[in-house]
Amino acid sequence: MKFRFDRDTRRRWINLVMSIAALACVAIAILPLGSILFEATVRGSQAISWNFLTQPSGQGGIGNSIQGTLILISLTALIALPVGIITGIYLSEFGKNPIGGAVRFFVEVMTQIPSIVVGIFAYSLILELGVLGVVSNRLVFSTTTGVLALAPIMIPFVARTSEEALRLVPNSTREAALALGIPRYRTILRVVLPSCASALVTGGLLGIARVGGETAPLIMTAFLSPDWFGGLDQPIDALPLRIYRFAIGPSPTEHAAAWGASLILVLIMLGISIISRTVLRLRSVSR
Amino acid sequence: MRTLAAKVHVEKLSAWYGEKLAIQDIILDFEEHAVSGIIGPSGCGKSTLIRCINRMHETIPKARAEGKVLLDDKDIYELPAVSVRRRIGMVFQKPNPFPTMSIYENVAAGLRLNGERKREKLDAAVLESLKAAALWDEVKDSLDKSGAGLSGGQQQRLCIARALAVKPEVILMDEPCSALDPIATAKIEDLIFDLKKDYTVVIVTHNMQQAARVAETTAFMYLGKVIEVNRTRELFERPRESLTESYITGRFG
Repeated sequence: MKFRFDRDTRRRWINLVMSIAALACVAIAILPLGSILFEATVRGSQAISWNFLTQPSGQGGIGNSIQGTLILISLTALIALPVGIITGIYLSEFGKNPIGGAVRFFVEVMTQIPSIVVGIFAYSLILELGVLGVVSNRLVFSTTTGVLALAPIMIPFVARTSEEALRLVPNSTREAALALGIPRYRTILRVVLPSCASALVTGGLLGIARVGGETAPLIMTAFLSPDWFGGLDQPIDALPLRIYRFAIGPSPTEHAAAWGASLILVLIMLGISIISRTVLRLRSVSR
Repeated sequence: MRTLAAKVHVEKLSAWYGEKLAIQDIILDFEEHAVSGIIGPSGCGKSTLIRCINRMHETIPKARAEGKVLLDDKDIYELPAVSVRRRIGMVFQKPNPFPTMSIYENVAAGLRLNGERKREKLDAAVLESLKAAALWDEVKDSLDKSGAGLSGGQQQRLCIARALAVKPEVILMDEPCSALDPIATAKIEDLIFDLKKDYTVVIVTHNMQQAARVAETTAFMYLGKVIEVNRTRELFERPRESLTESYITGRFG
């Protein structure tokens, strides 16, 4: 029997080759993620102990770094989520004009500013204000300055993801609400926002993750602290800073501690993501 | 033709999208407790016209309208837009239930988001509206399920129930059956027939048979103008204008 390489056979072969290629690309994409998680778990778990998690870094633990990161994240989110989401609402619902275009452009530019530049800005701003006597000099290396350095990183990020989330809501949903005589602001708050809640939350979480992993702007603002949180005008510890400190240390114990702290940072981000998604799922209507 | 029973009277209405003129100098009456049909080829301005009647046209950026629309002899362009939309409801081409709300919440949305909080009132309105939209029997056991889980025809009746719940006087329907199969279409048409007892209904349709089935009077529009208005039967059987005749005999459109 003569082997016929007809179109159908050819199509099947190409399909097979492409499927393998796609799988290979997925593997390449997942590989670094998998290996990071693997390394962090294997190397980090040796360092993790009850003392490591609960003692401040003065006593060789990372308890205060965990606390510091949670405080920095919360305070930053407290500022950046409302400002970012409201900016996103403006851009999506009212931004089809030159002013909206300008705002969109600045948001875009702000997302591309390297975070260390934002850090320097926050640092110099508070330093200058301190020199002028407007704020206390102590504030230069403090939680407040740290938040001031992180918020401008998170705001444009959240603004952009919120705008995109709101744009996913079909116009027919807005029209349905408006046609019922529901005022525009209430249409946005009660119909449009709930319709894209999951996308908004995803954007917020990505923003939090982004800020939670920032190291550069914290170096000259939050400044590390060997002790527990001591007030908004005091230096504060943060996991990424602590990881950096551990990693450049000379001893193998410190390297293990760096991995341990990394594992905790990853787990915190994962935890925040899982909790908010669960809350969101519990609130939605069943089909 | 200005009839005595006109609930809505459109007086020299023109509307634009930016610079583009969509409808021009429309003069038209819609009778109370009757179904009025509007037919015409795509892009002739049918939808624009009815969107001007409940002031939805102006929600599109750069869109504007000139002229008068009298509802019970009062110009709606001199009233607040939200109150006009509560009196003149709308059902859209594609069923658009609120995706995050349950069936109950969908129907109650118009009242609730306009400030009604009393549970008994909402319950009563939901029951009454779902019954009026001939949907109650199909959904009475699943009021807390998402409206998005219903079939297309059920979703459209849900949207009609939602529009009825705010107790409008006029209901505008923009090709309400164009996304539905024949059985669902027949149900909506039966419903439209029942609705005219209590409401003034205006229906835009692509489907001439549908206009012939449900509407007492029909207007034929072409290129942004009303070419002819008449009793539906007259319009289809003895069109006065040659344009109307060519359209209904299928020579264009």
